[in-house]
Amino acid sequence: MVTASRGPRLVNGMPPPHPVVRAVKGLVLLLCCAVVVVPFVGVVSTSLADQQQITEAGGYVLWPSNPSLDAYAAIFRGGVVTRATLVSIGVTLVGSLLSVAVVALLAYSLSRPGSFGHRPILLVVLVTMLFNAGMIPNYLLIKQLGLIDSWWALILPPLVSAFQVIIVRAFFMEVPAEIVDAARIDGAGELQILTRIMLPLSKAVLAVVALFQAVAYWSAFFNAMLYLNSTDKWPLQLVLRTYVVDNAAIGTDLPGEVVPPQQSLQMAILVVSLVPILLVYPFLQKHFAKGVVIGAVKG
Amino acid sequence: MAPTELAATAAPAARGTPDAPPPAARRPRQASWRWRLRRDWFLLLLGLPGLLLVVLFHYVPLAGNVIAFKDYRPYLTVWEAPWVGFENFRVIYEGDPAFLNALTNTLVISLIQIVVVFPVPIALALLLNSLLSERVKRVVQSVLYLPHFMSWVVVVAVFQQLLGNAGLYNTWARAHDLPLLHLIGNADLFLPLITSQAIWKDAGWGTIIFLAAMSRVDLELYEAVAVDGGGRMRQLWHVTLPAIRSVIVLLLILKLGDVLTVGFEQIILQQAAVGQDASEVLDTYVYNRGIIDGNFGMAAAVGLVKGVVGLGLVLAANKIAHLFGERGLYSRW
Repeated sequence: MVTASRGPRLVNGMPPPHPVVRAVKGLVLLLCCAVVVVPFVGVVSTSLADQQQITEAGGYVLWPSNPSLDAYAAIFRGGVVTRATLVSIGVTLVGSLLSVAVVALLAYSLSRPGSFGHRPILLVVLVTMLFNAGMIPNYLLIKQLGLIDSWWALILPPLVSAFQVIIVRAFFMEVPAEIVDAARIDGAGELQILTRIMLPLSKAVLAVVALFQAVAYWSAFFNAMLYLNSTDKWPLQLVLRTYVVDNAAIGTDLPGEVVPPQQSLQMAILVVSLVPILLVYPFLQKHFAKGVVIGAVKG
Repeated sequence: MAPTELAATAAPAARGTPDAPPPAARRPRQASWRWRLRRDWFLLLLGLPGLLLVVLFHYVPLAGNVIAFKDYRPYLTVWEAPWVGFENFRVIYEGDPAFLNALTNTLVISLIQIVVVFPVPIALALLLNSLLSERVKRVVQSVLYLPHFMSWVVVVAVFQQLLGNAGLYNTWARAHDLPLLHLIGNADLFLPLITSQAIWKDAGWGTIIFLAAMSRVDLELYEAVAVDGGGRMRQLWHVTLPAIRSVIVLLLILKLGDVLTVGFEQIILQQAAVGQDASEVLDTYVYNRGIIDGNFGMAAAVGLVKGVVGLGLVLAANKIAHLFGERGLYSRW
C-alpha cells in the first residue's frame, strides 16, 4: 500500500473528489433516505394525532402537536384488529417454530456423508426451486385436504423450502467430522448427535431461518385471501388491506364510546403491523444480507 | 470394471465389512445398501416430515393440473369431472381479448422492470461504493434496506397516504394552488405507480449483491489505473464495472427467465382502483377467472401454459448463463 506522506490523502491512488461532487453525492443519498424515512414518520405521527390537527392538515400529519395513544387504545379494546393481531402472532409463532424444527431435521438427515438415499432425496428437494404447480392446483389441494378456512392452510404450504434446507445443511456439513465421530464412539445415536452437537453449534443459522420464516408468515396476505372465508379468522395483513388500502370504515367495528379519527386508526393498524418487523430489523439486516450473498456465491 | 474403480465405489459404503474378493463384485454392493438402510433408517425417519411436506405441497399439486383438460365443477371431485380435451385452452389459441390483454400487460411490466427497475440498484450501489466514510455508508444502507421487509399491503397503504387524492402531497398542493397529482387510482398512470413502488421497496435491498461483488475488487487495480494516468471514470469503466459484470449478466438472465411472473400481490391489491384493462396480468387473470368466477378448468389451463413456458424460459436462461461462463440457476436466492 502506497500512501503519500505529503499533500492530500490519496484514496485508490486518487485525491479525494471535489467538494462539490461530494456535496451532490451526499444530497442524493440524503434524498433517498428521506424518501424512505419520511413516509414512516408520517404514519407514526398521524396515528398519534387528534381530529383537529388531522382536519387542519387535510389528513396526513408529519408531526403530532398533541400526541395521544387513543387510536391504539381503541384498536386494542377488543374487536377486529385485536383478534387479527392475535391470529397473526399465532400463525407467525407456530409457523416459524415448526418450520425451523422440520427444516433442521430434514437438513440433518441429508447432511450425513454416505447415508442411505440422501442424494435422490436431496434432488427431490432441490428440484422444487425450478417450478410452481400453479395457483389453481394449489387451491384444489388445500380444498381436498379440507384445509379451506383453516389456519393450517397458511402455516403448512410454506413450511419447508429448498433454500432453507440448503443453507442449514451446508452449516451442518461444516461441523468437523472428528467431533461427530468422537460422539459416535462414545455411544451417541443420531438424535443425540443432532441435539447435543449440531443444534448448539448452529444456533445462529437456525435463528436466521426462524426469523426469515417469521417475516414471511407475518407479511403474507395472499394465502389468507385465497383460503380463509370467515373474516373473523383473518390475519392482520388482510384487516390492514380492508381498512387502509380499501378504506372501509373502522369505527363501527370497534367497541367503546370515544372514536378516534379514522386516519389515526388506520395508521395505528399500520404501525402495529410494522412494529414486529422493526424490532427484529437490526438482526435481519445483518444476517439476511449475508444470506443473500451466500445464496449467490455458494448456491 | 477395473478393480481400483470398484474399490473406490464400494469403500465408503462398506465401512466395517471385510474386503470382498473381486469376483463377487455384486454381492457386497447389495449387502451394503441393505446394511446402509438398516444403519440409516432412523436418519431417514428424522427427515420424513420435511420430505412429506415437500412432496405434498410441491409435487402433488402438479397432478391437479389435469383439470386443465377437464370440465371441473366445485361439487365434483377432480377425478369425477368429465374430460374435455383442449377445450379449456381455447382462450389461448383463439386469442381471447381479455387473455391477450393480460399477456400484453405482463410483458410490458416485465420489460419496464428490466429497463427501468433493474439498473437502479446498480447505480445506487456504485454511489454507495464511492463513499469515503464507512459509517455514512452503513447508516444509509440500514435505512435503504428497510422497505424490503415491508409487506406489499404496507407499501401500497403508504403510497396511498402520501400520494392519494386525500394524501399528503395533494392536500399540500391544494393549499398552495399547485398542480395535483392523480397517481393513485388512475389507470393511465398505473405503470409509473407500480414501477415507483417496486423501486421504493427493493432498490436498496438490491444493492447488496452488487456491493458484495465490488468489495471483492483488488484495490491495487484502482491504484494501477491511477498510476497509468487514468481518472475516476476509467477506474469505474475498467475496474468496477468488470467486477460486477458477471452478477449483472446472471441477474438479468434470471429476470428474463421470469418474464411471465410479475408482482401479483402488488397488483391484486390495487386492481379494484384502476380496473382490469390497465392492471390485469397473467397471474391475476388466473385468480379472477378461476377463484373468483369459478372457471377452474380454463384458469388452470392458462396457469399450466404459463408454468410450462416459465419452466422452459428458466431452463433456457440457465443454458445461456452457462454459455456466458456463469454458474447459473442454483445461485438464485
